[in-house]
Amino acid sequence: MMRKPRIILYAVAWLIGLLWVLPFLGVFVSSLRPFREVVDGWWRLEEFTLTLDAFIRAWNHPSAPVGPALLNSVYIAVPATLLTIMFASLAAYAFARFKFRLKSPLFFLLILIMAMPGQSIIIPLFAYMVDLGLLDTRLGLILVHTAWGIPWAVLFLRNFFLSVPIDLEESARVDGASDLTVFRRIVLPIALPAIVSIAVLQFVWVWNDFLFALILIQSPGKKVITQTIPMIQGRFDIPWSVLSAASVLSMIVPLLIFVFLQRYYIKGVMAGAIKG
Amino acid sequence: MRRLIFILPALTLVALIVVFPAVETVRGGLWSWDGLEMTEFAGFENYAELFGSRSFINPARFPTRIPPWGALVHNLVWVVVFIPLTALLGLFLAVLFREVKGGSMLKSMIFLGMVVPLVVGGMMIRFMFDGRAGIVNALLRTVGLDSLARTWTAYPDTALPSVILGSVWIWTGFAMIIYSAGLELIPKDLYESASVDGASTWRTFRRITIPMVKPATLIVVIMNLIYVLRIFDIVYVATRGGPGGASTVLALQGYFYAFQYHEFGMASAVFTFLTIMAAAISVFLVRRVR
Repeated sequence: MMRKPRIILYAVAWLIGLLWVLPFLGVFVSSLRPFREVVDGWWRLEEFTLTLDAFIRAWNHPSAPVGPALLNSVYIAVPATLLTIMFASLAAYAFARFKFRLKSPLFFLLILIMAMPGQSIIIPLFAYMVDLGLLDTRLGLILVHTAWGIPWAVLFLRNFFLSVPIDLEESARVDGASDLTVFRRIVLPIALPAIVSIAVLQFVWVWNDFLFALILIQSPGKKVITQTIPMIQGRFDIPWSVLSAASVLSMIVPLLIFVFLQRYYIKGVMAGAIKG
Repeated sequence: MRRLIFILPALTLVALIVVFPAVETVRGGLWSWDGLEMTEFAGFENYAELFGSRSFINPARFPTRIPPWGALVHNLVWVVVFIPLTALLGLFLAVLFREVKGGSMLKSMIFLGMVVPLVVGGMMIRFMFDGRAGIVNALLRTVGLDSLARTWTAYPDTALPSVILGSVWIWTGFAMIIYSAGLELIPKDLYESASVDGASTWRTFRRITIPMVKPATLIVVIMNLIYVLRIFDIVYVATRGGPGGASTVLALQGYFYAFQYHEFGMASAVFTFLTIMAAAISVFLVRRVR
């Protein structure tokens, strides 16, 4: 359908692609060069020194140490992902297969929650976390992320379950298997690809979250990786190299997940968008 | 009864941590506060104060003078600029990358911005628009637009454009992959008959592609509206809403009301406003899911 010379098309496409990743390239290059070489432009090559100094300084930053923050993010994201999968897969199965009262209003509620910004809940959450003694605890943040991830995960998995033929489950039931057995032995194994999609997206979302952590985590020793980036500031100049190194460190996990589990990632994004 | 085990844990958690607080936010918007306590019913006082506040709408400056125009106006500007731009760019890239080898590689490159934390996105916006270290300004100087070259995030007239354009850069990948999927659904013979009829590329694009990707457009618009309600991280990191509120947005303004000025009534009013907008959008979502 395109009659223009192919070569122009290719040139335009790759030019756009390269322009698009230029800021990423800038951050990677700046993280590996000293501040004085990048402050007038990371693309300048009059002087070129490769150094891991910025990474070391970001890792051990006095007010926003990136090393411990990465670990803190793992402590939050892993349980928040596992709990979401556990709770959401059970509920999604019920929404797909069982009849129960209030099913449609509950379903509507889940969709409404999906559209809500985190800001809809942060003030009362803050107040209750204070009352419950869960402010500034990992448990508090993990629970919030779990609850926040459930609606989307339920909808995604429900749609998946609906697309699976029910025959296998029914014949197992005829053989006397309980609902939970059917769920564990038959449904979960079939749903594995969908569960991987959920795990991938939920993990990245929790990892990337800034708002909930900002509200709920205050101790310097518990801060997660996204909290450290706005805290890295210089006295006179913005420390681009250290900031870039911190950014690179914070991006590595989501980027690796995206690169190696891209199929699941995109499937999750698409299904989240198209099916609801 | 034993089937309750399936939904009870999820629903309990969502009810306690999401539904109940959301309802409390709406209630909090209607009460006066003392610290973190609601003290007395205030009706719409918070809302009256909010709508009269310059950080919400600033009629003295909008539209004749440069920002700050107020958070609400900034969000509207965001809707008007960000949504059409990401949709058009996303469709353009989806069509373009379908035609070239290595298209999926290119798509991944555009999509990167969606994968990394938004605080990093905000940091990159600050970096690329920096007057000295920023690549955008270097490019502007190269093409002779020296007058535009400066630290965009530091001036009231360019702060809002810089975060919106930066956001387009980060978020276009979403529109692109939705449109890519939409394009796959268009029957090939439509294009074949168009080329038999001698239709030009542009005409084919306008008469076939655009109408056929309408469902994708709807998704892109809805999801990006939801995104606009949520903008927070990017602005927090790139400009803190400044200078002088020139790039603030509702989600950030509400955060400042609550956690900087401890005006929890005003903050609740802002967040209730966002919640109501989200509820309106979710009505469209429900239609899609059913």
